[in-house]
Amino acid sequence: MSKIVEQLRYSKDHEWVRLEGEKAYVGITDHAQHELGEIVFVELPPLGERYGKGEEISTVESVKAASAILNPIEGVVAEANEELDGSPELINEDCYEHHLYVLQSFSKEDYEALLDAKAYEAYLASL
Amino acid sequence: MSEPLLIDLSKAGRKAYCFPPLDLPRGFDQALPSLPESLSRQKSARLPEVAELDVVRHFTRLSNMVHGVDNGMYPLGSCTMKYNPKLSEHIAGMSEFTQIHPLQDVSTSQGCLSVMYNLIEDLSSITGMSWGTLQPCAGAHGEYTGLKMIRSYFVKNGQSQRTKVLIPISAHGTNPASAAVNGFDVVPIASDEQGMVDLEDLASKLDETTAALMLTNPNTLGLFEKHILKISAMVHASGALLYYDGANLNAIMGMATPGDMGFDVIHLNLHKTFSTPHGGGGPGSGPVMCNDTLRPFLPKPDIELTDSGYVYRWDDEDSIGKVSMFWGNFLVLLRAYVYILRMGSEGIRAAARHAVLNANYVAARLASTFPIPYGKRCMHEFVLSCATLKERYGVSAQDVAKALIDEGYHPPTMYFPSLVGEALMIEPTESESLETLDRFVDTLLAIAERAKTDSESLRTAPHTTVVGRLDEVRAVKQPDLRY
Amino acid sequence: MVYPYIPHTDEDRKHMLKAIGVDSMDQLFDGLGEDLLLADSVPISHGRTEDEVQRMIDSIALRNVRGIPFLGCGCYDHIIPATVKALSSLPSFVTAYTPYQAEMSQGLLQAIYEFQSMVCEITGLDVANASLYDGANAAAEAASLMIGAKRKATAVLVSETLHPFTLQVLQTWAKGTDHEIRLVGEKDGVVDLSDLSSLLDESCAGLIVQSPNRYGLLEDYTDVASLLHEKGCLFAVSSDPLSLAIQKSPAEWDADIAVGDTQSLGLSLAFGGPSCGYMAVKEALLRKIPGRIVGATVDNKGRKGYTLTLQAREQHIKRERATSNVCSNQALAALMTTIHLSSLGWGGMVEAANQSYAKSHYLAYHLAQLPGITLIWDKPFWCEFPLVFSDAKRMRKFLQELRNEGIFAGVRLSALTRQAKDELVLLVAVTEKRSREELEMYLAAARRVMK
Repeated sequence: MSKIVEQLRYSKDHEWVRLEGEKAYVGITDHAQHELGEIVFVELPPLGERYGKGEEISTVESVKAASAILNPIEGVVAEANEELDGSPELINEDCYEHHLYVLQSFSKEDYEALLDAKAYEAYLASL
Repeated sequence: MSEPLLIDLSKAGRKAYCFPPLDLPRGFDQALPSLPESLSRQKSARLPEVAELDVVRHFTRLSNMVHGVDNGMYPLGSCTMKYNPKLSEHIAGMSEFTQIHPLQDVSTSQGCLSVMYNLIEDLSSITGMSWGTLQPCAGAHGEYTGLKMIRSYFVKNGQSQRTKVLIPISAHGTNPASAAVNGFDVVPIASDEQGMVDLEDLASKLDETTAALMLTNPNTLGLFEKHILKISAMVHASGALLYYDGANLNAIMGMATPGDMGFDVIHLNLHKTFSTPHGGGGPGSGPVMCNDTLRPFLPKPDIELTDSGYVYRWDDEDSIGKVSMFWGNFLVLLRAYVYILRMGSEGIRAAARHAVLNANYVAARLASTFPIPYGKRCMHEFVLSCATLKERYGVSAQDVAKALIDEGYHPPTMYFPSLVGEALMIEPTESESLETLDRFVDTLLAIAERAKTDSESLRTAPHTTVVGRLDEVRAVKQPDLRY
Repeated sequence: MVYPYIPHTDEDRKHMLKAIGVDSMDQLFDGLGEDLLLADSVPISHGRTEDEVQRMIDSIALRNVRGIPFLGCGCYDHIIPATVKALSSLPSFVTAYTPYQAEMSQGLLQAIYEFQSMVCEITGLDVANASLYDGANAAAEAASLMIGAKRKATAVLVSETLHPFTLQVLQTWAKGTDHEIRLVGEKDGVVDLSDLSSLLDESCAGLIVQSPNRYGLLEDYTDVASLLHEKGCLFAVSSDPLSLAIQKSPAEWDADIAVGDTQSLGLSLAFGGPSCGYMAVKEALLRKIPGRIVGATVDNKGRKGYTLTLQAREQHIKRERATSNVCSNQALAALMTTIHLSSLGWGGMVEAANQSYAKSHYLAYHLAQLPGITLIWDKPFWCEFPLVFSDAKRMRKFLQELRNEGIFAGVRLSALTRQAKDELVLLVAVTEKRSREELEMYLAAARRVMK
């Protein structure tokens, strides 16, 4: 059973988003990290760049595949989680604790359009 | 017994090969301008400096640490690891072919052109298509080519809104990748409980933005898509085209043709169905065959037979262009041609029939021990599950596979398609005898027995190979990709 | 009935059908339905015995004519040591599959690791893959890599002096997608980069050049890499790898990507295939290189071993577990190159390259003395050079006279570009394999015609 955290929002591409004031933290869900297996490398986006919704923004690599992460809400990259540089496997350990990057000046509309926990759970069941 | 790198055996001054001396007239220095310093290489490269015997022993020992079809059974589902005839190897080594340059005057390469032309003809007959190209070098390359032809077709006919390719979720990974490289969006199609294309799902996804449905038949579960004529009708009614991934042609060749099933374009894998050797990962060949609708879009040049012999034809304005440097992997094409000559119409048909016979026999003998989720009646391959072994004894498909290595077998395909958990896909091919199949089955059954009492040894297999299970995580995290 | 390569006897079939629980082999094909089942196989000819096949092939082979090939344009007749054929014909190498089961494929994996290493050494770059289909496809992969590496980039600049067939493959690659190939023109036989700066806009991902170029001329890329890097673009150089024994390496030009074809290192002419594409990149592009890569690691007992690593990119996180993608590259051809380089060593490579350089200059020098033939540009070249004839009739006679001597004199540029304006241009290749006798025969016949 995939772990889902109530307060977060989710995308159909298995990313989660958490709002903290004017910042939006983005990471990948339990389903995603489980599918990938042991994560060995994370390519983080450059700071200050604006990315659209659905645009390829990062890469998460496991032994079997390098998977593109699609940005769930439009915004500007404010921070990238540099802890992942040396220890990418932190995502496997707790994917909700360890985000990939942080957006600012993001689209509230895009955020509202994301799935809530229940909807994401239902979506996972349908796969 | 591991083998050092040849570079580590080097000794300055050793030479494996001697060139003849440069034999030009003494005054030729005047003719020879020296290369300007600004264009000259500065730093020398580190390559082995060894004697000829060192080279021979090195690669001979390396070959002893490789397992080929010549060594033992290779029941790799979806790969058709059949016997590679020695006749084909012999002919592919003939200097009358190996010493021909691709750009020689056409009047001096009629032999090569004849092989290629006749091969296209035979492959057209075998697949029920009207013509084809031999340029693509591999199956995935053939997919790329066929999809590009489809794209060009729709653009030419004012339907460039057709940007989607429908692909079953059970399809091989190269299908969606090839579609994406051509700028298509991939739409997955579900399978029904029988493992076939879900017709309702297909109907709901076919619309005026669909370019094609990519299918392999039999599918990756080894099952024949019995609704194929209906599928073909649905796809064509919506204005889209039907693409055939020829990876599984070995199940039906000589028994049915993709052309009759309604496919518009096909890629073949000569290194699977047509017995050309896999060579450790190539070179293969992925010819693309098509019907009259797509024929104008084939890569150029085409080969035409005129009164004065074979010629290249470059003037097809709708052609997608070139997909390879020259004309294709000629020596691979030659091997496939030899195979077809040898087998003939009755041999081709017999190959498919015996491939299917062998797969069903193995499935029948294994069915009571290993669940076969979609049933033990199959075409040339089937998928069994190690899920019960995993639940009860903690022995996964990978563990069973690794244990087979100790017994001298190359494992079947693991974890594909994902529709079956802990999957092992088994394709014996028609090359294997009853005795070989029985021994293989007995070995698998013994492994299943061993899972009950000695699962640990299975989880740590293989034990008899020169190395055990490798640390793949380390390989990625600490890349060491060259000496 | 016994069929070729199918071991079953009637008894075997009976036994197996019984175990399966059907009465006949036909029953196994019931699922196909009457509409599809062929009554009688496909309409190709009947099978032949091995002897019959050999006879038929022998008579087909007679229709090929061998000549002394002064032909190049991407496929070269170099000296190949006997070790290459002998060792690459070892049955386990020939009949093995892609080495996904690493434990039982160490020999193959190590050979690929050695190939990768040698490509790195020759190009001077940091990481190489296990091979691609051919040099033209390697160039297309370089273009893909460049576009993937730069956000919002859709175009790749490509020199017009690339092999015409490589250009075609690139143009086909771009067709139907939103990628664009922008040609950079030639001037006096080499690529014209005088205006490069103005061509580098936001949409441009990089530049691909070739040296020796389509004419055999060596190109000068001084300051090109720095200009491209300033604008966030990548630089790819396509080269005949043997030429890198004496020509500045891609690394020395500060290129990010090196591509080309290893046909000139151990592969026979074979009517153009199979050949073997190579790609090497700088460390920074490690995770973007396409194709298979072999890496060294250790096993569960700490022993050194090799495995396939750094898998190919995918578009999305897949629902199913990711399966390995393209397996067929040109593995056995890459093995031949590895054996070839192991036999030659660097010293042998330099020797072959120097002799090709010397012999091609010898022939070019003397041909240029003849009336009616001109060496088009007085510029550095390696192994191959472009001649232009003053008129078509004498060119025809020239080619015919040499043909009568059993010599294939060169390749008409128009055969590659399909343009009438190139009909009088002949590309002549002279490798270290061309003996003094062959060179003198060529010259003697040329002198007879062009007096």
